[in-house]
Amino acid sequence: MDKPDKKTNRRDFLFTASYTVGAVGLGATIWPLIAQMNPDRSVKALATTEVDISQIEPGKSITVLWRGKPVFIKRRTQSEISDAESVSLNELKHPEKDQDRVKKSEWLVMLGVCTHLGCVPLADKGEYNGWFCPCHGSHYDTSGRIRKGPAPVNMEIPKYEFVDSNTIKIG
Amino acid sequence: MSEHTYVPESKFGKWFNDRLPLLTLSKHLQDYPTPKNLNYWWTFGGILTFCLVTQIVTGLVLAMHYVAHADLAFNSIEHIMRDVNYGWLLRYVHANGASMFFLAVYIHIFRSLFYGSYKSPREIIWILGMLIYILMMATAFMGYVLPWGQMSFWGATVITNLFSAIPIVGESITTWLWGGYSVDNPTLTRFFSLHYLFPFIIFGLVVLHIWALHVPGNNNPVGIDIRKPSKDTVPFHPYITIKDLFALLIFIIVFSAFVFFSPNTLGHPDNYIQANPLITPKHIVPEWYLLPFYAILRSVPDKLGGVILLFASIFILLALPWLDKSKVRSAIFRPIYKQFFWILVIDVLVLGYMGAMPAEGLYLLIARIGTAYYFLHFLVILPVLSSIEKTEPLPASISEPVLKG
Repeated sequence: MDKPDKKTNRRDFLFTASYTVGAVGLGATIWPLIAQMNPDRSVKALATTEVDISQIEPGKSITVLWRGKPVFIKRRTQSEISDAESVSLNELKHPEKDQDRVKKSEWLVMLGVCTHLGCVPLADKGEYNGWFCPCHGSHYDTSGRIRKGPAPVNMEIPKYEFVDSNTIKIG
Repeated sequence: MSEHTYVPESKFGKWFNDRLPLLTLSKHLQDYPTPKNLNYWWTFGGILTFCLVTQIVTGLVLAMHYVAHADLAFNSIEHIMRDVNYGWLLRYVHANGASMFFLAVYIHIFRSLFYGSYKSPREIIWILGMLIYILMMATAFMGYVLPWGQMSFWGATVITNLFSAIPIVGESITTWLWGGYSVDNPTLTRFFSLHYLFPFIIFGLVVLHIWALHVPGNNNPVGIDIRKPSKDTVPFHPYITIKDLFALLIFIIVFSAFVFFSPNTLGHPDNYIQANPLITPKHIVPEWYLLPFYAILRSVPDKLGGVILLFASIFILLALPWLDKSKVRSAIFRPIYKQFFWILVIDVLVLGYMGAMPAEGLYLLIARIGTAYYFLHFLVILPVLSSIEKTEPLPASISEPVLKG
């Protein structure tokens, strides 16, 4: 043993191995404490909602609660549809075609949650006749796309389907 | 702590103190040499301790009547207000107590800024203080959510959504914070749990804050190092205890004026409407003590940018002892810094006012200027001043200018 302090000896190995096992054990112990805060099974179970849309007249919308969040179901008028479809994509902060945001162009189904900080925008307000968020001033068009203000992206389209011509299933 | 040779007089006291030196600690706290020129701006440490204890005690008893559930919380608050014996008093003291706590902490912080108390060798005291302040904001925010009114709900929604601005993992973090897909019952129950916990962490940090203070001792209005003990110091007890007590009584008069004559002035009427996830109030504002930061958030037209500036405006304070390198502590001897200090005070007040106004037109413009100036003060003015300012000569001791004159 010429230079005992420079050589990796058995004790160093034992220390490193002990620290490693300790760190893994600590991580495994902390994980349940962190993971318990994620959505539980009962929250996840409330994943779908069926909505009757037969009473909605053109130009009107209803708001339903899905997963604790408002969902706007809007029956758009012909002029609102043509407004939404005629916008050129390079005018948009978050370019999406109106056709890609709807299943039937008459029906716009989207999360009524401003993508800025989560407020509920007001209908038929703002500079683009769509929605306006009163919290921090985001303007959305008749397709729910962000046009002006601090919100980064368009209002989200949830997963939904037409069960029949009068019923939408969200989720 | 300085070395003590204290020996209790009684035999039992000596026996006990040999085993747990609590009497030595008590003696240290009484004799603790304090600069004799401390003014009333120095009484806010004691006032803040009072505020913390008041919040813990009233909070403890409110928790005996409050129900942390999305369907029951709002009504349990009304139950406290109408049915519980003295419930109205306890709740109003607790709610206004939060405002009084922040009022005192802002005076305490600005006193430190004026007299340079954050400078060497007191950097750790300052950093501990800032950590306390950040925890206070978190605690106050979560406490405001508990009544489950409209402002509670939408305030919680806006603030938790700040984290969704983080690229890639933002969505998962907000879902994790909420325990669901929106602010709901799981969010309320965890906020209650943490709102109960945080004051005790704050209490621990306060102990460290005071401990760190007792190592170098108090700064003082002229900001010079003094010998301790000397003719420049007085013992903490009874000189400072009685002065602190007097200031505390004045403070309690103001506190009581709010509690008994105007208990809802600092609150928001919308919070007497039960939380409704379908309707956002027309005008969401945080409590007054968070308004300057809210103005900074809203002054940036970009989501991530606004959130970054918001957090930067708070965390920049942690670096303050290294941004201001001037060796002279007190603004009394810094003629230029003194003026910038008052501009900063005005800037923060203006930002607070803009935070309460709608984010549009002239308000938004002023908020943007105010935000820019806030960062300019800390990142440019302070470092530049430290090297170019011509400071006035410091006295050799606290007594010297008086005795010579």
